[in-house]
Amino acid sequence: MSNPDSSETTARTTPGNFKSAVTGLSDRAIAWIFVAPTIFLLLAVNIFPLIWTIVLSFTNYRVNRPNRDVEWVGLKNYQRILTDNGTWETMQATAHFLIWTIVLQVLIGFALAYLINKKFKGNDLWTTIIVLPMMLSPAVVGTFWTFLYQPQIGLFNYLVTFFTGADPASFSMIGDKHLAPWSIIIADTWMWTPFVMLICLAGLRSIPDSIYEAAECDRASRWRQFWTITFPLVLPFLMLAVLFRGIENFKMFDLVVQLTGGGPGNTTTLTSIDLKREAFEKWRTGQSSAYAVVLFVTVFGLASIYVKALNKVKDR
Amino acid sequence: MINFLQGLFQLRRGPWEMIASILIAAGVFMLMQPYKLELYTYSFVVTLIGTVMFIIVSHFRD
Repeated sequence: MSNPDSSETTARTTPGNFKSAVTGLSDRAIAWIFVAPTIFLLLAVNIFPLIWTIVLSFTNYRVNRPNRDVEWVGLKNYQRILTDNGTWETMQATAHFLIWTIVLQVLIGFALAYLINKKFKGNDLWTTIIVLPMMLSPAVVGTFWTFLYQPQIGLFNYLVTFFTGADPASFSMIGDKHLAPWSIIIADTWMWTPFVMLICLAGLRSIPDSIYEAAECDRASRWRQFWTITFPLVLPFLMLAVLFRGIENFKMFDLVVQLTGGGPGNTTTLTSIDLKREAFEKWRTGQSSAYAVVLFVTVFGLASIYVKALNKVKDR
Repeated sequence: MINFLQGLFQLRRGPWEMIASILIAAGVFMLMQPYKLELYTYSFVVTLIGTVMFIIVSHFRD
């Protein structure tokens, strides 16, 4: 229970000079005082590292040789990255991973959400079961799928054998350079489809039943109802899911490292893995900073046009 | 088409944003395409121009 006299007591015990200083301030100044720590933290944690990375990208700085003189090398780091065949292949691997994971996750996620949205017995239980993979740590999922992909004991190979009749030991999802990119796509799709499903489910549940009832009155077929009501109204949610998954998968690191380690060769080396190798294995800090800037501008540009498209869809 | 060109000359947001978006999309495609190394080399410049342009023109009038 608060004491009614407590505010008076506080006012009485407040030092005179502090009291006059505070009471003399405008509302705007007081607001700035409250917001300042957050702004300072944002500048320190987000903006400063970004600017520092851009500065480092024009130098030959190596973090493992802090006493060496740092030279300004101009655009040399960018030139090296943008003419390097290995980095180009890494970009292609990332594009392959991005496109297929997004396509599969959106298709399967939307289909699952559509099914779960129907009222049936055990609906909540199935939703919980489907959402489970998303709750696991990527390290756990990576280890888990490594076992599933084992040619001798892996369940995945036996499942393929069941449907195709091929010998389970005749192929290795992780060891084959053609299959390895698909192994990371399957694992990521398994893990993150529930996320897309949840977003789609939120979209489906936000559609009022009255719209469908009106469509029924107008004798619109199920197919027509889907394309003229369900899909347009869920589209902003779907686009949001694509944005989230696109940005997340562009930065994909942990799951792939655990599953394939970027191999065989460089077939599953995504940009974030390559960047980490440049920065903390080869210790080329300047060059890796330039690499990070290239990736940042790409994601930022893509996200900008995507958000614009999303707003357009929402305004329709 | 005439409206688009008029919008460009009058510094309207819509057409300029469209040009910036096309540049960004082209830059990203150039970055990730598997056909020509030259396209990959110039991808960053194209994306950067598109992104900076997008930031500037998004402050234009509608």
